[in-house]
Amino acid sequence: MRVLSLILNMLHEVFDESAYARFLKRTGMVNSRAAYAEFWREREIMKARAPRCC
Amino acid sequence: MPKFLRGLIWIATAALGTLALSTIALHRGEEISAMWLVVAAVCSYALGYRFYSKFIAAKVLALDSWRATPAERLENGRDFVPTNKWVVFGHHFAAIAGPGPLVGPVLAAQFGYLPGTLWILAGAVFGGCVQDFVILLFSVRRDGKSLTEMAREEIGKVGGFVAYLAIIGIIVILLGLCALIVVNALNGSPWGTFTIAMTIPIALLMGVYLRTVRPGKVLETSISGFALVLLAIWGGQWVSQNPEAAKWFTFSAPALAVLIIIYGFAASALPVWLLLAPRDYLSTFVKLGTIALLAIGIVGLRPTLHMPSLTRFIDGSGPVFAGNVFPFAFITIACGAVSGFHSLIASGTTPKLIRRESETRMVGYGAMMAESMVAIMAMIAACVLQPGIYFAINSPVALIGKVPEAATATITGWGFPVTAADMHQLAQWVGEQNLFSRTGGAPAFAVGMAHIFATSLGGQAVMAIWYHFAIMFEALFILTVLDAGTRVGRFMLQDALGHVWKPLGRISWYPSILATSGLIVAMWGFFLWQGVKDPQGGINTLWPLFGIANQLLAIVALCVATTIVIKMRKARYMFVPLLPLAVLGSVTYAASWHKIFDPNPRIGFLAHARLLTNTAGANPRFILYDRIDAVVTGILITMVSIIIIESVMEWARVLAGRQQAVVKESPFVMTRLTAEEQA
Repeated sequence: MRVLSLILNMLHEVFDESAYARFLKRTGMVNSRAAYAEFWREREIMKARAPRCC
Repeated sequence: MPKFLRGLIWIATAALGTLALSTIALHRGEEISAMWLVVAAVCSYALGYRFYSKFIAAKVLALDSWRATPAERLENGRDFVPTNKWVVFGHHFAAIAGPGPLVGPVLAAQFGYLPGTLWILAGAVFGGCVQDFVILLFSVRRDGKSLTEMAREEIGKVGGFVAYLAIIGIIVILLGLCALIVVNALNGSPWGTFTIAMTIPIALLMGVYLRTVRPGKVLETSISGFALVLLAIWGGQWVSQNPEAAKWFTFSAPALAVLIIIYGFAASALPVWLLLAPRDYLSTFVKLGTIALLAIGIVGLRPTLHMPSLTRFIDGSGPVFAGNVFPFAFITIACGAVSGFHSLIASGTTPKLIRRESETRMVGYGAMMAESMVAIMAMIAACVLQPGIYFAINSPVALIGKVPEAATATITGWGFPVTAADMHQLAQWVGEQNLFSRTGGAPAFAVGMAHIFATSLGGQAVMAIWYHFAIMFEALFILTVLDAGTRVGRFMLQDALGHVWKPLGRISWYPSILATSGLIVAMWGFFLWQGVKDPQGGINTLWPLFGIANQLLAIVALCVATTIVIKMRKARYMFVPLLPLAVLGSVTYAASWHKIFDPNPRIGFLAHARLLTNTAGANPRFILYDRIDAVVTGILITMVSIIIIESVMEWARVLAGRQQAVVKESPFVMTRLTAEEQA
């Protein structure tokens, strides 16, 4: 059970779901199109500057 | 567990590893099970992790779990976030695993499975894992600073500038090469082209769905996207069997190159959320799933290796690429053993997530071990093929010709029997018109993977599905590298050009976006076009160039690491980064020398240019390509020399006492984590 939860946590982090949850908590916003658009405005540069490895 | 019992387990592991390595190394003329490679790898990694990485952690780096990491000190819920070590491990592995460890070993298999396997294991345990581990720790101790910032601070301004140039160089060559692999995989393949073309609207759909229908639900969107990709693979079969539809998706290599260049430019200019991010999610999902599937398949099915341990091509006359086993096996394996590119990830997002210093060992050293295991699996996928088939797929037209009977006669003459009927049947099984000269590594890997799975899961009836799944899997994340790399290169150019003319540095100013995107696409587009048009070039030219650029970046990282170890007053342990640095330095110098000056026109750029100059009717454009490649290689090796000289001077100053040994670490702050958590 603990392993499954760890794998799920890993997937949430890899797929930026945890980052979005932290964003909602930090800004006090609720999940919505506007909140997600705002999340991407903040995250765009960071994501776009991260190279994918060879 | 009692100490005695633990000791016994490690002795047994060492004995088993030795047996597996001996079997791999000493068997001649007999086929062996792929499991020997898996056992040798698992034992080597286990011993390397338990003993060598622990030695580095305790003696060289002196990891301190009481020292607060930047994730804890600078926590902001955005980029600095203390995160569970397994979650960081997964995040880091997903970022470092790319197409390199799959393609490199497949190409290096032309020497037989032995040289590549030995370098993957030794290179990873003593080089790649060490580099990733120490750079991650040093970045953690410097508030998550990047490799270029650390090079500038610890070695000097020239070191930082060279690191910047090296990164631009490797990105450009990498992108040109990645695009060429996709072109070679899709050339004349309506099934593959349809499937990959479909991933673009699927990614766009995912982007819009995520933004408007189910904001933030990335996992479920990725699973839906994956289902659509599977549907596209199934639809591709219909396309390939329907002559009218097949016509729309059958392209020549130059046409595919133009389409990919246009795609790269568009992807760089589109908003991140619309294409780049959803494609990244989709490719990560497929990548993690397929690697796990491949591991289960190899362990579960235990295929036999048909490739000999050593082939006659160790003498440098190989058809896949020309050059002796030293240095070209090392340059070709690249990312599966040591990847300079990892140092960018290890000094990028990962150090900002590390909760405790002690966890850098598992994340840095451990994730590279996992990547190296992927390289071993790729080597197995290539070597389960009959060698004649492997060489028929990977030898360029320029060497074996276009006529199947003549091509198979040539390959059989090398000592690897294959017939035109074998190749025709295999092409039919995988749903392709032709498998001759499908260079680049991706098709051979896909055939190998399909071969492994088709022996038990569905048989030959579904071999075509497995093959196109593997092609889709590779092309998908190669295109992700292309999207992300073009954009990263664009930002780097904007940063640099902003010093020349300020408006060019404004990342949202559209003229600047178009100009810098166009410039970076033109740079990698040049290498792609050259690879497509030059019958002697292609992978033969570009893969070694990429390997040299990648290892150059590793040299920069290891120079930074050695400098910091010396400045930490741990000079007696400087051999830890210095050993891989010396090996990579000699490999990179030797490979560069050969690529520029070797008198064999199949290896040396200048010799090839001379040959063309003396050939009546030769295309002058190919002579120019050769000279440009020689200049690029020369620039790369000059950069290596500069960074090594500057580093050695810095080491000499510190060791001779002419300069105070001061490391530029962030000050020590006691962690707030409780003693229980520490335990």
